[in-house]
Amino acid sequence: MESLTLSDVEQKYYSDLFVYCDTDNTKKVASNGRVLDLFRAAQLPSEVVLQITELCGATRLGHFGRSQFYIALKLIAIAQSGLPLRVESLNSVKDLPLPRFVVGKNEAEARHAALYQDTDSQGLYPAPGAAVIPRPPGRGHQNKKGPPSSTSLPVHEVIQPLAPNIEPQPEPTSPVVSPHQSPPTSPHSWRKHKRQHSGGNADRQPVVAATGAVWTQFREPQTGPVTGDGMWSSHSPPPPGQESWVSFTADTPPSSTLPAMHPSSVQESTTIRTVASAATTNEIQRQSSTYDDPWKITDEQRQYYINQFKTIQPDLTGFIPGSAAKEFFTKSKLPILELSHIWELSDFDKDGALTLDEFCAAFHLVVARKNGYDLPEKLPESLMPKLIDLDDSAEVPEPTADVGYSASPVEVTPNKSPSMPSLNQAWPEMNQSNEQWETFSERSSSSQTLTQFDSNIAPADPDTAIVHPVPIRMTPSKIHMQEMELKRTGSDHNHPTSPLLTKPPELSEEAKLPASMKFVAANTVGDGYSSSDSFTSDQEPITRQRSQSGTSPEALKVVAPPPPPPRPHPSHSRSSSLDMNRTFAATSATGQPQPSTIAYPPAVPPRPLPTQTSVPLTGHRVEAEGVPGGGAVLTTTSPQQIPQQPNFADFSQFQAFAASEQPSSLPEVDKHSEAGQVDKTSEGAGPLRTVKSDGQADERASATVNSTKGSSGPLAPPPKPVRRRLKSEDELRPEDEQHGPQKSNVIAAVLATQPSIPRSVGKDKKAIQASIRRNKETNTVLARLNSELQQQLKDLLEERISLEVQLEQLRPFSHL
Amino acid sequence: MAVCIAVIAKENYPLYIRSVPTQNELKFHYTVHTSLDVVEEKISAVGKSIGDQRELYLGLLYPTEDYKVYGYVTNSKVKFVIVVDSSNTSLRDNEIRSMFRKLHNSFTDVMCNPFHNPGDSIQSKAFDGIVSGMMVQTG
Repeated sequence: MESLTLSDVEQKYYSDLFVYCDTDNTKKVASNGRVLDLFRAAQLPSEVVLQITELCGATRLGHFGRSQFYIALKLIAIAQSGLPLRVESLNSVKDLPLPRFVVGKNEAEARHAALYQDTDSQGLYPAPGAAVIPRPPGRGHQNKKGPPSSTSLPVHEVIQPLAPNIEPQPEPTSPVVSPHQSPPTSPHSWRKHKRQHSGGNADRQPVVAATGAVWTQFREPQTGPVTGDGMWSSHSPPPPGQESWVSFTADTPPSSTLPAMHPSSVQESTTIRTVASAATTNEIQRQSSTYDDPWKITDEQRQYYINQFKTIQPDLTGFIPGSAAKEFFTKSKLPILELSHIWELSDFDKDGALTLDEFCAAFHLVVARKNGYDLPEKLPESLMPKLIDLDDSAEVPEPTADVGYSASPVEVTPNKSPSMPSLNQAWPEMNQSNEQWETFSERSSSSQTLTQFDSNIAPADPDTAIVHPVPIRMTPSKIHMQEMELKRTGSDHNHPTSPLLTKPPELSEEAKLPASMKFVAANTVGDGYSSSDSFTSDQEPITRQRSQSGTSPEALKVVAPPPPPPRPHPSHSRSSSLDMNRTFAATSATGQPQPSTIAYPPAVPPRPLPTQTSVPLTGHRVEAEGVPGGGAVLTTTSPQQIPQQPNFADFSQFQAFAASEQPSSLPEVDKHSEAGQVDKTSEGAGPLRTVKSDGQADERASATVNSTKGSSGPLAPPPKPVRRRLKSEDELRPEDEQHGPQKSNVIAAVLATQPSIPRSVGKDKKAIQASIRRNKETNTVLARLNSELQQQLKDLLEERISLEVQLEQLRPFSHL
Repeated sequence: MAVCIAVIAKENYPLYIRSVPTQNELKFHYTVHTSLDVVEEKISAVGKSIGDQRELYLGLLYPTEDYKVYGYVTNSKVKFVIVVDSSNTSLRDNEIRSMFRKLHNSFTDVMCNPFHNPGDSIQSKAFDGIVSGMMVQTG
């Protein structure tokens, strides 16, 4: 028997196996039965087994001593690795994998494994235990108890595929997991465990050589379930027997046999983890261990998120703008639609930026989604940022703990215990995820140029944007009113639009439209408008009136274009008639102002007297009216009526003029007087004559005329003077004889003339004509007045129409 | 209780259109399309002012015998169109305004999402939720 050099691992392993086989506790000899079973478990052909047995010298000895046993084991390993069985190869073969034993070893091996792996309370002990027949799931109890259970067979078979992949050193590496993982968590873990195994196996294969590497591999699944357990605690244990591995852990008593390995393994695993790109599935599965409370963020996860946050935004209390967040999360290769949904969920305050909490929530959702979990419709409570907001920054563990507590009180206790180890164990995951993200970062994200949404700040509170436009009563200033007036007169559009502007702001306030910023501006502007409009509307009547008043004179002026510009006095007509008189002196002018025209047509040409008399009369009138227009008139006396003075003066002139014509007209007048109508004219002529003859008479006549004019002036001026003249003439005529009581007569005449129209009927033709003239004048005046009123009416109608239009426009707002 | 809600982009293509499914949706699409003319008219009509004072809520665009169409336009010329069943006479102006306001709010939320490109059709569950809430609950 040549010396057998075994590696430490092998040494240990073999010794364990020997112990296993040493049913008799001889410490020296392995029972044949056990050995044979073991050999059978090696799944080697029987002849190989025989060969091995022979080679190791057991045949010679008839029993398996320790050395034989060891040799046999080594040979088994060699055989299993496919090498020819040679004694020489015992030592020559380096890096021989540990012999694998499958069948039959279950319980015993499990026990052994338990001894070694018991630190892994979770029984996470995965594939590495393959060499030691990794504990069958759920068989932990049974395993411990020792009695072989055939039920473990399937487990073993299950294990078997894993076993080859797994590096030997089961026991030494097993205890990696911290003992304090509580049993209840184990059931959960193995579910993940299996996945991890499947994932881990694939990864482990490449990392075969180093023990440490193996350990890390072992560690990997172990840590996974560990963390998972840490997170899961509330899970109900998965049905036993479902998967291998895991349930075992529940029963493995925590053993401190290999606690020392723990830190080292941790470190190793950590380093290795960081180096090797472990299966993302593993890590993801581990992270998906949030399945339980799917949305709870563990401390380590949060810490990781925070670190990631710092890479984007060093200030933890600051925001990550939307564009940066988009780039970051696009690296996760999730579809944009899902990222969009995640954003919607996580951007709690809808400001287009992520706070630390929002970022963590988003990150967590991304991770969950990557793990295959569907995104929730609403943000889960545990991801709500409000809890974090309560604390000041740098709160990580506490708030998360709080979150955890709030989420599921059941988890509190178990969380606490595994939290620490899970933290340690999760670090590699985090690092792993680091790698993941790092790989993501390396890959170029979508090169979309994002529109900067930072500036798009949704209105925080639509209600705040509503500003009730308090109607501002602006005291109308004259300037403003004038402006309004100008506006009104300028364009009609102002009116319809202004009430419109008033209305919409009011309505908008009521509706509280969210377009706050601009709308507020619109409101304020609208306020200004509304106020101005209300002002306008308030002032409109006034302005209208004013404008009306303003326009009335204008209207007057406008309306009477043909007549000479504004005739404040009938004297204008007079003046025009004066002109007419002059023209009429030559011929009968009919196109002249009405009174004169009126006056003249009745003036019968064949009757020069009345015409003449009328002419002088009209002349008087005209002159009287014209003079005020002219302004400069010789005014003799009569202070009674200034406007009359010119008349008077004219009259005097006219009297002089008429007087010149008197001689010719007088006889006619006299003739007319016969008719009776002429009497007045003759009377008028009479006084004229007398005036002519007597300056005093003139004065008197003028005085009388003045007086008459004066007295009757305030009343219907246009006809009055004519009447007065007529009367005065009429009266003067008889007064020719009576010079004395002229004034009284005049007064009487005046008094008589005032209601004299009917009286004039019975008087001279001149009187009638004069009255006709008067009437016509009044008619013209009234006509002018009528035209003015018509104009005003038109204006009012226009305004009414505009208001109606506005009403129509506003009707939909009010009715709908 | 709208029968159809549509969001039209500035260039007058639909960003989002959704009708009560039981009815002939094509008819609503057509209605919304024709209402765009009215919206344009209203926008240009009030364009006399600077534009800021322009009322966002356009009101009843036009009524037909079956339904009424309301319009709303944002300052970025994105139009919202709501088609309401005429039999729903109880709907008042304020209610329509509140519907538009909600739509506008959720639309701004969608726009704030950095993963949403303006001009893309709106695929936001939150937005869908809001719209569903406003749609007529038929059957």
